[in-house]
Formats: sequence, C-alpha cells, structure tokens
Amino acid sequence: MSFARESLLVAAKDLRIEARSRVTLYQVLPFGVVVLLLFAFALDPDRGQLSRVAPGLFWVAVLLAALLAVSRAFAIEIDNGARDGLRLSGLDPAAIFVGKAAAVAAELVVLELVLGVGVFLLYDVELRSAGLLVVAALAATVGVAATGTLYGVLVAGLRARETLAPVLVLPVVTPVMLGATRAWEAGLDGAPSEGWPWVALLGLFALLYGALGTLVFGPLLEET
Amino acid sequence: MSLVVRLRSAVCLLDRYPALAGADLDVERGDVLLLSGANGAGKTTLLRLLAGLVSLQSGTAEVLGHDLARDRRGARRELALLGHETACYDDLTARENLRFAVEAAGKPAADADAALERVGLARRADVRHGRLSAGQRRRLALAGALARQPRLLLLDEPHAGLDGEGRAVLDDAVRAAPMAGTTVIIASHELDRARALATREVEVVAGQCVARPAEWELARA
Repeated sequence: MSFARESLLVAAKDLRIEARSRVTLYQVLPFGVVVLLLFAFALDPDRGQLSRVAPGLFWVAVLLAALLAVSRAFAIEIDNGARDGLRLSGLDPAAIFVGKAAAVAAELVVLELVLGVGVFLLYDVELRSAGLLVVAALAATVGVAATGTLYGVLVAGLRARETLAPVLVLPVVTPVMLGATRAWEAGLDGAPSEGWPWVALLGLFALLYGALGTLVFGPLLEET
Repeated sequence: MSLVVRLRSAVCLLDRYPALAGADLDVERGDVLLLSGANGAGKTTLLRLLAGLVSLQSGTAEVLGHDLARDRRGARRELALLGHETACYDDLTARENLRFAVEAAGKPAADADAALERVGLARRADVRHGRLSAGQRRRLALAGALARQPRLLLLDEPHAGLDGEGRAVLDDAVRAAPMAGTTVIIASHELDRARALATREVEVVAGQCVARPAEWELARA
C-alpha cells in the first residue's frame, strides 16, 4: 500500500471516530467560541482596541482549542489497547504521523472557519486580503497540527499527558502564534504585502515540523 | 528445520523487574506451541516480545527471519497478536474496525466481511465496538487476527471471555492454522483445552522457557 493511501486510511479512521463521538463538535468548538466571547466581553468597552488585537485573540483561541484536538487524537488510541493495534498494524509510522496530523488539521480548519466568522461578527474587523488570511491560516494549521501530533505521541503514554502537552506544545508553537498573528494583522487592517514574509515563516515552520515528525514519530510511538 | 521463532538468552525488563530472564526458545513452522506457567511467569511478556511490543534488554530474538532489534516492522507485517485487549475503537463498528485492520495489513477490505462471518459476528457487523458484549468483542479481536492471514499467530489467553460457540470457532481456527502454513503460540491457563490443540508445550518459569515433554505429549506419542 502506498504512503499516501496509508496516511489517508489513518486520517479517515480518526475523522470517522470524531464524527461519531462528536467531541470536536460538542467540546472543542464551543471551547474556542467561549474563549473568543470572553475576550469580547473583557475588551468590550473599547471596540477599537478589540479590532486591533483581534488577530492575536483569534490565534490564541485556535491554539488553545488545538490542544484539545491533539489530546483527543491520542486519547482514542489508549482505550482497549488500540495503540498496540496501531503499532502492530504494519503501517508506516511516518504515514501514521501524516494521517493523524491531517485529521487534526481538518478539525482545526473547521474550528478556524467558525471562529473566523465569530471574529468578524464580534470584533468589528475589516478585510483587506482574504487570500493572505487563507494562506496564512492553512500554513499555520499545518504547523500546529504537525507540532501537536509530534508532542502528542511523546506524552501519550504518560499519566500526566493532559497537563504536560500544553506545557510542551505552547512554547514550541510560539513562532506560529507570532507569524499567524502578524500575517492576519496585515490581511485585516494593515498592508497585505507586509504579511507575506510571515506566511513564509509559517510555511517554513510547517515544513520543518512536518519533516521532523515523519522522521521521529516511529521511534516515539515505539518507546513512549 | 524451518524456525519461525529463535530466542537466545532473551532478557526483558518491565519496571526494572526481569519479566524474561534469559529465555531460549525455538519454534518450528507449523507448530502449535502451548506456553504454560504460573501468573507472572512471563508468558504475556514473551508473546509481546515476539510481537515486537517490548524491547530486549539483552540476548537475541528472531521472528520469521527478522531480527527484532533491527526490523520489528518486518516481523509485524507477518504476525498477529490476540492479546488481553481488543485493540479496537469504541466509536467504530465491528466492520469498520476490521476493515481498518485488514486494509492496514494490505489485504482487500472484503476480507473483513469474510472474517466477521467466520467468527459469527456478521449480524452484528454494524454495531459499534463499544456496544458489543465482552464475548463479542473477543470474537471481533479474533476475527482481526485471523483476517490478517498471519504466518505467526500469537494468542494470549484466547479462550477467556468466549462462550461455547466462540471457543469452538477459536479451536477450529487454531486446528486449521498449520495447514495454511501458520504457526501458533498460545499462552493459556486452560491447560486441558489448550493441550488438545497444541503439538508441544513449553513451561515458562520465572522468565525462562523450560521445554517439557509432558505426560499428555508422551501419551499422544
């Protein structure tokens, strides 16, 4: 079976489980929306300030919700010893990494669409370059999904995984937070041309962690 | 002699405790080997070692010609393990769980339906794993192991949790395995039942394998 087909098999399996359990729909998505609303309430007296910080608040909400999605991606492998099944499946570990990261990325895209609409409704922002926002969001999503999947498997076998994952992942995705926020600032209220260098940074980050994940996911799956 | 398993001085540590303490074992192609022994003797660890799920601390382990220290994946492609847990996903149906396992092993998805039929779960194919009874889950796990058409089948307490019909299905599968070129290793406490299936027996004692031409073997000879 080809690498792409193996990746697709894992991604389809994870997405089917999410569609059935509806954890993303009932827990991750509402969590992201609540974070956006909290910020809106906290900064409501000054609508100007709210629109200025909207990109940062959007990406904070996305990253916090992403932690739940990543945690869930590995929680499903714990029950019934499914992780052993995955190890014994014969699938290429790199394909498992790509498949799981792709499933997380797909969930994040849905999350970003909903939160994006929320930002426009709640934060009174203007749109200068939709293309910049979309490309930046896609690059950031791949970076967050790859990083989260890599650190997710690292802590999956630990008792303290729920608390350890955010401590490990959030500092690592700081460049994504920074790059995506700057790119969105340029795409919303700034000069779009200033956003593209940040998109390049996001693309580089996604590439780096994608490559790292395909290399080390296998040993981490075996030994953690 | 065609060796499917070759262990030499195998040592495995679990939480610093030597679960296997210098085990030696040879298993030939077509054998149905019974691993007997007390609780905690190391039977499950031995099966997990052969499946490449635990690492060797020292010694050597070859399974189906693959050195487990260097090529666990190669061995895994050709074996199946029925362990204490089902390794299935609660939110997927029996058919979906099986299709994932079968397709991951590079087999056609249709094999999943045939395996469900074989273990008597065809009518429960569209029920989620989380809603199956314990015995049905065991049957599903057995179907998953059989559907991979492994050259080495590792069974850890395979009769546990199965009803009479399920046990019969399992026993038939084990009896048919050597004819299909499959070698079987069974760890069990249900010795009478397992001995009726086995061609030889090894007792695991304190992490070591002790070959015993037991009374039942001598009687059969």
